[in-house]
Amino acid sequence: MAPLLELKDVHTYYGAVHALRGVSLKVEEGEIVTLIGSNGAGKTTTLRTISGLERARSGSIKLKGKSIEKAEAHEIVRLGVGHSPEGRRVFSRMSVRENLEMGAFLRKSGPDVQKDFKKVFELFPRLKERESQAAGTMSGGEQQMLAIGRALMAQPKILLLDEPSMGLAPILVEQIFDIITEINSRGTAVLLVEQNAMMALGIAKRGYILQIGEVTLEDSCDKLAKNPKVREAYLGV
Amino acid sequence: MATVNATSSSAGRLLGSLRLPIGIVAFLGISLTVLGIDQFVNALTLGAIYALVALGYTMVYGIIELINFAHGDVFMVGSFVAMFISSSLLGNEGAITNIPLLAGSVLVLFALTIGVMAIVGALIERLAYRPLRRAPRLAPLITAIGVSFILQNVIQFFFGPTIVTVPQLVPIEWSIEVSGSRVPLLNIFVIAASVALMFALQLFISRTRTGRAMRTTSMDRDASSLMGVDINRTIMITFLIGSGLAGAAGVVHGLYYGNTSFNLGFQSGLKAFTAAVLGGIGNTAGAALGGFLIAFIEVGASAFGYGRWGGAVVFSLLVIFLVFRPTGLLGSHSGDRA
Repeated sequence: MAPLLELKDVHTYYGAVHALRGVSLKVEEGEIVTLIGSNGAGKTTTLRTISGLERARSGSIKLKGKSIEKAEAHEIVRLGVGHSPEGRRVFSRMSVRENLEMGAFLRKSGPDVQKDFKKVFELFPRLKERESQAAGTMSGGEQQMLAIGRALMAQPKILLLDEPSMGLAPILVEQIFDIITEINSRGTAVLLVEQNAMMALGIAKRGYILQIGEVTLEDSCDKLAKNPKVREAYLGV
Repeated sequence: MATVNATSSSAGRLLGSLRLPIGIVAFLGISLTVLGIDQFVNALTLGAIYALVALGYTMVYGIIELINFAHGDVFMVGSFVAMFISSSLLGNEGAITNIPLLAGSVLVLFALTIGVMAIVGALIERLAYRPLRRAPRLAPLITAIGVSFILQNVIQFFFGPTIVTVPQLVPIEWSIEVSGSRVPLLNIFVIAASVALMFALQLFISRTRTGRAMRTTSMDRDASSLMGVDINRTIMITFLIGSGLAGAAGVVHGLYYGNTSFNLGFQSGLKAFTAAVLGGIGNTAGAALGGFLIAFIEVGASAFGYGRWGGAVVFSLLVIFLVFRPTGLLGSHSGDRA
């Protein structure tokens, strides 16, 4: 059976800058996979290329065996890719509820969507408390929760998470990672981009190491965590 | 404690939300006393035109951060389309005194002009701006200036460089008496129609799915497309609506002034753009307010015998105002990202 998401030799450019130099990776149904690398390695670009915000110049991206590398961003959402982008990007002048409604933009409003509102509020009780508050006035952690909740409202088959721990207090980071595990246990596959490699390797099953636009290592997270090179470069030990 | 806070802040919010309507009513009251009924109605009519055009500027700026310099000329083309429709389709006999016929004709005139201009606007977007979507910001700005010249030249080619008469469908002599002054029904109708269009736009933006897509696209284009919003379609609809409203302004202009010319778009476009900045660029309610405000300043200046200084007065006040409030009347105070 074809993997849920599969990238083969993907090249992406920003103008003349060759940002992705042949990235190949896959995510199976129900997996958490992490993409680790330093600043500028191409992690965010990989996610943006998957969701159609950037165009791959060559290579293929397949969702359940179906090519999506030529599709527009809004079509890719419809096919089941949810993306919580770098920097959260919540709609700051809209309330928490309106943000979540935007997450369900492609769905017919009805009992199904209401059920998902409930689910998101279960995962993030804090969002329920802030339901009518303008998203831009919330703390970084709350905005992160909103960005993830908003992506979930589209009922994605796979959730792309870009640096969910960025700028958060350690206690909140733990909370967010617990919730990611919880989301995954409910059946959504996750592709997790993180600088906090320790945490990411702790919850993911497999991982890829990205260096200057290329995948230089892929393995199970247990093995990656024991790999001396990985430990030195990304775990700071 | 929490309840006390909640009540006091909700009272504060109520007061805050009432500040604007109170301000508007007070402003209208003072203007009416100072200007007298004739000039007051005059200013409202001119304001309706500026406001309708300003909406297009502000919507397009809000969504793609482009100062669409061609928009004033879209309004100008609208006035010619309205002239063409009323003289060729509806007959050139001038005023229609049969009320149902008049109502029907005016409705057809508005609907057709709005429709034609919406299509023209969407075509301009598709041909001149979309190919430059990812280009540096200066490129579409220059293109907009180019489109402005093209529209002026096309109209000049077909209708000549002189002032063109627009048939008066609504009988001028129909009027009502308000405290001793004659107020033409035409003005009342024109103001009511424009305000109705503005309210319809507000409803559309705040209540419909497409309206929500427009708002989120103007806040954050990438995030919006990650929600499944078709950005190109949303931008095109913005141009459709903005240009349609400019078309409506063209109809109003023709009905009210009875003439138009190929260079109408430059001055009124500039004033409408100023109105959009004054109101807080990107904010539709602000643009409408700004349009009326500028018209009142202009009419006020001429009522006091400074008609030739109208432009200077408007722009001096604008500079002073923006020094103290750079984001405009209703513009957002701070950046979007926390």
